[in-house]
This record gives sequence, C-alpha cells and structure tokens, in this order.
Amino acid sequence: MDQLVIAGRSFNSRLMVGTGKFASNQAMVDAMEHSGCEIVTVALRRVDIDNPQDSLLSHIDRERYLLLPNTSGARDADEAVRLARLARAAGCEPWVKLEVTPDPYYLLPDPIETLKAAEILVKDGFIVLPYMPADPVLAKRLEEVGTATVMPLGAPIGTNKGLRTRDHIAIIIEQAKVPVVVDAGLGAPSHAAEAMEMGADAVLVNTALADTPDPAAMARAFRKGVEAGREAFVAGLGPQRQQAEASSPLTGFLRNS
Amino acid sequence: MQLTINGQSRMVEAASTVADLLKYLQLETDRVVVELNREILSADSHCATRLQDGDSLELIQFVGGG
Repeated sequence: MDQLVIAGRSFNSRLMVGTGKFASNQAMVDAMEHSGCEIVTVALRRVDIDNPQDSLLSHIDRERYLLLPNTSGARDADEAVRLARLARAAGCEPWVKLEVTPDPYYLLPDPIETLKAAEILVKDGFIVLPYMPADPVLAKRLEEVGTATVMPLGAPIGTNKGLRTRDHIAIIIEQAKVPVVVDAGLGAPSHAAEAMEMGADAVLVNTALADTPDPAAMARAFRKGVEAGREAFVAGLGPQRQQAEASSPLTGFLRNS
Repeated sequence: MQLTINGQSRMVEAASTVADLLKYLQLETDRVVVELNREILSADSHCATRLQDGDSLELIQFVGGG
C-alpha cells in the first residue's frame, strides 16, 4: 500500500488504533499487533493514588508505535491545551489528537473551542490532529491555522454506526490539502473500507476493536478493510449508472431476431 | 504538611520534595507527570522542587483512550 505522510513523517499503515476500553492490556496489545497500526492514541487521567494501576506505557512498544495522546475529557480550549502540554511533558513527541467534547451524552466536538485550541497548539509547536464535526468549512479553517490533518467523525464516538456523515466527508476529502482521517463511529470493516474507497487517507478505530470477544481477529478484519478500500480508491472505482450495462457481449445470441 | 493531591486534601509529613512525595506514594516517577500549582514540572526537576504547606498537585498518567 502507498504510504501515509503526516507532517513529513511516513507510515505504512493507514489504520490508527485507540487503546481504550479493552478487557485487558493483553487484548489491547494483540489488537494493535494484528491491526498493523503504527499510531496509537492514549488518554491522560489523574493517578488513582490509593489504587495505582499498572502503567499502560509498559505494554506499548514505543519503538514500534507512535503515541498520539488525546485531549479527551477537555471541555474547552484551555483544558485541551493543558492536557496537550502535560502529554508533552511526559516525554511524548509533540503530536496530539485534539479533542474538545463538552457534552458527555453525544461527545460531539465543539468546533469553536477546537479551532481556538488548534491555533494555540500549532503556535506552540505541536503536530495537531483535530477531531472535528464533519464540517467542510471548519476543516478549511483548521487547515488554515496549520493542523497536520483533519479528523471528521463518521458518527458519534463509540456508536459503531458507520459513515453517517458521508456526504460532508466527501466534500472535506475533495477540498483538503492535509490528510483526512475519519475518526469515530466506524463499527465494521466495511465502514472503514467505505471511508477509504471515498479517498480518506486513514481511519481511527477503537470501540469496534475493544468491544468484541476477539479483538485480534477484528483488528485483522479492519486491516483488510482499510487496505481493500485504499487499493480500490487508488485503482479508481468505476462510475455508477442508472441503466444496466451488459458485461457479456450483446451479439451472437442463439436466436434469429 | 497539608497538600491537595488530585483534588483531595492530604496530610503528608514524609516528603519535602516532589520526588519524595512520589516515592512516598509508591509511584514510578517516569510514568507520572506532575503539575504543581498549575505549573507543569519536567521530570528532571522532581528532586529539586520543594513542597510547601498548601501546595496543590496534579499527578497524571497515561491510560487507554481513543
């Protein structure tokens, strides 16, 4: 498969994987391995002092995977910037998946606060990958302030509903000068393939892999879906038609008229 | 000394620096990011950063997330 390039860095995989909600760290590691991914997202939270958990990072091979810290939990630009800076202080490269979701019910991204935070973080030297509503105008605005990608949602986080924003994502893909990563809501390999066939540069998946009895097998399935979709896009899909067009010759039938 | 750690008030006597506090709480220092009174500390400043009565700290770590 052709390489994905984000902020001058090349990746062989076009599937990014989130590390949340897996039944065990081993299930998470297996899913990462089988997905073929090279970018994994992580979150930042307070340490539970009375009950310190096993460190997540001890399970992730940093030579193999680029850690992409998210700013999940941020309700406004200030909180997102604070989380991004904490992640960088923790020794991560300055890559951040910017996420500002004030409403816990639908977890939809706040476009205004996302744009505000993106501007601050870009100026502060971060490589910013913003999670965003599938709004083509916002995608342009984010691109203009210097984000490395745009990450429109297919459907609300964790819903597994697929590309409900398909038409707007098509416009974003048509107009974008930075990679388009479809994030959130992709619940099946066919959803990932659909996004890639449309020309998305990559997809990010978490719940679909974590919330299945066999994350490793589902990760393999998504990997194939992403690869199939990308190859189809690069090859060029045939046009859709209203009227049938025969695949077999329309001459030499065994009849006289 | 009275500290506020992750939003909870605690009496801590055995720690005069941030590094002492992490040791006292049995936290691996390379896995935890520390914010002291809203200022982010770099990992190499834990030993030199002294704690004072009334300080507020956030101890943050990476967890799974999408």
